[in-house]
Amino acid sequence: MVALVYLIPAALLLGGFGLVCFLWALRTGQFEDLDGAAYRALHDAHDDRFKDDGKG
Amino acid sequence: MALQAALDAPPIDAGCCSIGGLAAPASRAAVTGADPHAYVAVGEDGIARLDAVVETLDCPSCVPSIEGVLGRLDGVLAARVNAGQRRIHLEWDPADVDLDRILAALDGLGHRIAAYDAARLGGREIDEVGRALLRALAVAGFAFANVMLVSVAVWAGLAQDMGPGTRAFLHWVSALVALPAIVYAGRPFFRSALAALRAGTSNMDVPIAIGVSLATAMSLLETTRNGPHVYFDAALGLLFFLLIGRFLDRSLRRRAFAAAQNLLALRAVSAVVIGHDRRTEVRAIEAVRPGDVVAVAAGETVPVDGRVTAGRSDIDAALVTGESLPQAVAPGAVVHAGTVNLTAPIEVETAAAGSGTLLAEIAAMMDRAGQAKARYVRLADRISRIYAPVIHALAFAAFVGWMALGGADWRQALMIAVAVLIVTCPCALGLAVPAVQVGAVGRLLKRGAYVKSGDALERLARADTVVFDKTGTLTLGRPRLEGIDGESVGGDPGELIALAASLARRSTHPLARALVAAAGDGPAADGVREEPGCGLEAEISGVRVRLGRRDWVGAAATAAPHAGPEIWLRRGEDPAVRLRFADAPRPDAAEVVAGLKARGLRVLLLSGDRRAVVDELADSLGIAERRADCLPGDKIAVLNRLAAEGRRVAMVGDGLNDAPALAAAFVSLSPATAADVSQTAADVVFRGDALAPLLEAVDVARKADALVRQNVCLALAYNVVAVPLAMAGLVTPLIAAVVMSASSLVVTGNALRVQRRG
Repeated sequence: MVALVYLIPAALLLGGFGLVCFLWALRTGQFEDLDGAAYRALHDAHDDRFKDDGKG
Repeated sequence: MALQAALDAPPIDAGCCSIGGLAAPASRAAVTGADPHAYVAVGEDGIARLDAVVETLDCPSCVPSIEGVLGRLDGVLAARVNAGQRRIHLEWDPADVDLDRILAALDGLGHRIAAYDAARLGGREIDEVGRALLRALAVAGFAFANVMLVSVAVWAGLAQDMGPGTRAFLHWVSALVALPAIVYAGRPFFRSALAALRAGTSNMDVPIAIGVSLATAMSLLETTRNGPHVYFDAALGLLFFLLIGRFLDRSLRRRAFAAAQNLLALRAVSAVVIGHDRRTEVRAIEAVRPGDVVAVAAGETVPVDGRVTAGRSDIDAALVTGESLPQAVAPGAVVHAGTVNLTAPIEVETAAAGSGTLLAEIAAMMDRAGQAKARYVRLADRISRIYAPVIHALAFAAFVGWMALGGADWRQALMIAVAVLIVTCPCALGLAVPAVQVGAVGRLLKRGAYVKSGDALERLARADTVVFDKTGTLTLGRPRLEGIDGESVGGDPGELIALAASLARRSTHPLARALVAAAGDGPAADGVREEPGCGLEAEISGVRVRLGRRDWVGAAATAAPHAGPEIWLRRGEDPAVRLRFADAPRPDAAEVVAGLKARGLRVLLLSGDRRAVVDELADSLGIAERRADCLPGDKIAVLNRLAAEGRRVAMVGDGLNDAPALAAAFVSLSPATAADVSQTAADVVFRGDALAPLLEAVDVARKADALVRQNVCLALAYNVVAVPLAMAGLVTPLIAAVVMSASSLVVTGNALRVQRRG
């Protein structure tokens, strides 16, 4: 039962950390456009097909 | 509208995945709606900003491709796409790059944008209420999970001789986590309940607020007395599930609202104002004042009500009156906003604002009609009206019953009353309706039908009559070549059409365009002269060829009258031949009408167009009841008569003249090519050339209605079982938590069925 004294605070701390991360993500607007976020994840950064050739 | 889109659409719509696609140099090709230059805002920091709607987001790689290409342009500081709202926010340095370059890049990808005034349409501001709900949800979820963690330990311990000291410790831990969480996460409900009580009424939040507060207070009391049962987890669970329902409801409304705003942007209007020094300036329509002279090029929509001051042309008034034949205008003629200038540039002096303008009249009619619609009460509200008093009564009865008959002390009786309040958890009810409606609206969105609100869905499911407008609704609003009559010396029909098309390729008149579309590829004749209001003339192989109005072409007046538009072709002194056009019905119009009738709906056709045209279309589509030559007032009169008979009418229309009827009907739908005002008045807007989204909307609405009723029954059934148990004092926190979670999950699971076909 002594274990509870540090196990419960540990659980709360970890959970609290998760909560803080969620609130931060919310504040920086990461939940505004969930569809766009899903699409951006599909983007292949090495894809050169859409390179813009020619300036101006 | 449809004509405008047909005239302005880029030649190929290959989607964003066209590699090295046709990059048209003219930025005009990448634009629908207003000229984006009118909406560019340059801030004090010298950065130009623009918000626009991107309706062509059809595939997952559109977002990274647009952002990638635009981001790589020198001078572009930000190109952020919001896929959920289908909008893009652009920021660039005007010194390094200009808007035309950006538009050309977009066009190269096959996308079109419609700019809007961000201040007017909003959308970029943070959704404060939604975020507050999410924060409350997060806190409630965190607390619910952790308190449940501890509660399970307690429940297990209760079965296995947990000592009172340990139990007390665990209860205190629960209390410590739960109390701040309940205070924070419960704010939306407490605020709403207080507001209702102060106004002297009750709403759905009052029993929730009472239940949560009492449960918390009693549990705290029990904790201090080292009692066996506390309900912190149940209170938190209640808040958690209800917040989910509330958030879903809100995000549904936001999405529908954004979609509706986007449609306004798509139809936004800019005007080219001619100053006293003959210099032209592109302005947003809000900045145009009465007395300003506006230049309207051939093929453009007339942006203002006014009088023609220069130029002679033909005006297509289909959007305003439903009349399918263009009317000639000359200086002094009155023109209305929303009509399309066909043949030649004209200058229009903006009319003074006043009660006499057509738009003002239509707006007034809409206001009067809209009052009736506001009285429809949503199903959820109807339930909550009965719900609150009933549970209050039951809880009170339990309290009094146990005190008087059960011989319990006030604390035990109160605990039981609290258990009753909690267990008649409205979380299933709170989730039942939004969960289904979010799913239904999302499914319809994918099929090209924007539903503006949950109660639009409810009303659509209950409609038993459908009234159609004709031009632009049942038809595409675009003419199509039907046939060619008359003999010409030495010419076969194909050759005559090719000849006519060679002249027509030099004109932007919709009939000319329809002719060219029918004829296919071919040469355009040289030396073609366009006479506004009359037709086209050219010399071909030394012979004068005329294509246009019958009397100008010089045809004999012997031909049988034709219901739709027509033009005549005459080569030299040969007899003239007639080319007949008709406004083609939508490809699946007949099937949709049959489908509606098969679903038990009565179908009517009301149109402002002439009798002959209306009869022809109605017969071909199988609509028995029809009326022609309708003014906006006539349409409302028909709707009122039907309503008086007890019928619930779904009105489908697009023109300005339909807007009052759309506002007056029980539920209204309009195509995406409709006038601004009509789209704002409609409950559902459907995209594309087909009418199928309409039928699908009716089916999904009915299915959603059935699922909502099932959900409500499930929620009530669960209550019927749980309330007697609670009143008997048998509901421990464990049972309460399990039962609440189970009912919520069942209701949500059932709601998912709206996504499946059939």
